[in-house]
Amino acid sequence: MVGGVAARESAVWAALAGIPDPEIPAISLVDLGVIRGVAIEPLPAGGERLTVELMPTFVGCPAVEVMRQQIGERLTELCICSEVAVELSFAEPWTSDRISPAGREALRRSGFAPPMTIGSTFSGDSLTVLPIATCPYCASRNTTLENPFGPTLCRAIYHCADCRQPFEAFKPV
Amino acid sequence: MTDLDRETRDALAELLLAMADDEFVLGFWDSEWTGIAPILEEDVAMSSVSQDEIGHAKALYELLAELTGGDADVIAFGRPVDGYRHAALMNHARTDWAFSIARRFLYENADAVRLESLAASAYRPLAELAVKMRREETYHLLHFDLWLRRLAEGSDESHARLAAAIERLWPDAQAVFAPLAGEALLVAAGILPEPLETLRARWLERVSPRLTAAHLPVPAIPDRPGADGRTRRTDEFAWLHGEFTAVASSEADATW
Repeated sequence: MVGGVAARESAVWAALAGIPDPEIPAISLVDLGVIRGVAIEPLPAGGERLTVELMPTFVGCPAVEVMRQQIGERLTELCICSEVAVELSFAEPWTSDRISPAGREALRRSGFAPPMTIGSTFSGDSLTVLPIATCPYCASRNTTLENPFGPTLCRAIYHCADCRQPFEAFKPV
Repeated sequence: MTDLDRETRDALAELLLAMADDEFVLGFWDSEWTGIAPILEEDVAMSSVSQDEIGHAKALYELLAELTGGDADVIAFGRPVDGYRHAALMNHARTDWAFSIARRFLYENADAVRLESLAASAYRPLAELAVKMRREETYHLLHFDLWLRRLAEGSDESHARLAAAIERLWPDAQAVFAPLAGEALLVAAGILPEPLETLRARWLERVSPRLTAAHLPVPAIPDRPGADGRTRRTDEFAWLHGEFTAVASSEADATW
């Protein structure tokens, strides 16, 4: 595949936008905000390396390896570079604020309350009360937290008093 | 920061191993509650918290493996009982719910103090990981603070069991801040931004008023923990070690 670096990098972003999150397939990896960056660099021995920086949502997220593998396979198929590397990065912490507006809407449509926005100053100290969530089914704020821990590390369980539905929310972190 | 001298690198390896083993062993103990916790929500919560801890341990073992040129799985599963460096607090079996809650309360607060400090570590990979882990540990802190109050204010029995567990675990909880070989080098290099004894004092300032507020006795403050706080092992831990190494040792060099 030929073309300038910028054009090829945008082809990479487009390919990544087509990869669903392994645990919540309604949202893509790009909308989840786990891709920190994409870079194409020449290799000293010739050829080029495509590096993707992947930010785990939670340090212990077991889906990270699946994401890594899917990204590697998809980008190798693109034949954009002779080498593809997917590197885990903690250079800045992934935060739930990185989920895009389209991603938040995709979560809501599939029955997950998107996370409360926490702001860039969150360090762990400011979460002194457990977060509230809006019901993804009826938009009521009359909800209660049933369990701050859910079926995966990133999910919490709520109940809506208005439509009487239990639902899950993506944890603000 | 790749230009560490040998002594400082060895000291950093001790610090990473101590933290990783704390998270790893506690994660395994509390994963035993999966399916048998007092209420269904707690089956889910303890499982999730334990998964977090094992994940943190994995990330720390990987940092250690990068530093020493080893393999994270071999470090995690390939050591004999006396090769582990978790604090004596993690030597005990899970026992009853009050005991597990007491341990989590003491540990989560100690871990929070440690991570807050390490967020400013001069060793960037550790500082970055500490920043990320803190955000997750906040949920653990809130959860176990709540459980401490719930059991303290529950029945006479829950209060009595919790008070007895705090009393029993108190000396071993100090060992989270037991001195490390080469600690002075780590402090001098800014890798450990504050001495462990400073962190222990901060932890005591934090847990003592919470115990008092829950009408629980605050045991006498022991002297500085001895250097054996991370090397003493028990039969209970030896049993757990047999459990968590069973799969890895059944087929050496297996790949997943």
